[in-house]
Amino acid sequence: MTRFRVSVHIVPRKGLLDPQGKAVADALHTLGFPTVTDVHVGRHLVIETSASDARQAEESVRDMCSRLLANPVTEDFEIAAVVAA
Amino acid sequence: MKVGVISFPGSNCDEDALLAVVEQLDEEAVLLWHKDHDLQGADVVILPGGFSYGDYLRSGAIARFSPIMHEVVAHAKRGGPVIGICNGFQIACEAGLLPGALLRNQSLQFRSMSVTIRVESTATAFTRAAVNGRLLTMPIAHGDGRYTADATTLDQLEGEGRVVFRYVDADGNPTAAANPNGAMRNIAGIANETGTIVGLMPHPERAMETLLGSTDGLVLFQSLLAGMPV
Repeated sequence: MTRFRVSVHIVPRKGLLDPQGKAVADALHTLGFPTVTDVHVGRHLVIETSASDARQAEESVRDMCSRLLANPVTEDFEIAAVVAA
Repeated sequence: MKVGVISFPGSNCDEDALLAVVEQLDEEAVLLWHKDHDLQGADVVILPGGFSYGDYLRSGAIARFSPIMHEVVAHAKRGGPVIGICNGFQIACEAGLLPGALLRNQSLQFRSMSVTIRVESTATAFTRAAVNGRLLTMPIAHGDGRYTADATTLDQLEGEGRVVFRYVDADGNPTAAANPNGAMRNIAGIANETGTIVGLMPHPERAMETLLGSTDGLVLFQSLLAGMPV
């Protein structure tokens, strides 16, 4: 077993109203970044876990996301990185 | 009738719900600690408002892992009445007792105010003493109350008469201005398939006596008695 550090991005599902993202986009426009077209505010989790290989570590975190870390009704997730810890 | 009110770490409306039952309904009620494994013979379970587990991860997401939720889910599956109020509604959704989710208010503001809701269904354990179309005034106090579900689920809820309460204006119309949180289709409360489980964002337990500004919450609790064998 090896220890892995798995990074996950959880973001509001595309198409759903994201008032936080819109508020941040508006603030960026006010600040002088008119080129910003869209912002989404989500969560970034870093999970340390033991697994036989990187693939197993990723699969296990995918399972955690579907069952707890992301809300299946309103959120999408993506595994951003799997590195040996 | 005996009512069990679950106290999660961070619940803050559990005592209000208990008092509502004991003082206004003159029925028995007991606080049940979230680590307990026993409903102590409660006929009805209240998942109260508050900020269980500090709303960590998502509102209601962690509370469903509390030990007593095993017993609450078993009670619900046997057809026992369960009502989720505010944070309790969020917990019921996270626990899969009710469909959908409650997201951050569209305004991004925490809304603490009085709202008008319209009774949309009397086919539930908590509204059978109410009248369809009747307007009720109750307080809300939440930051995450925007009811959200996919279109199929929303159509199913509407088709099966499971939308129980809707935010409306003083004339009873579900306008955008009357919607305090951006909830889809102005939904303030829903029920499960059999009407034994109800979740709503407004606080009926805070609208139980004239001194508090409204007694419109009483009917939800009186409905329970209407269904009890005499």
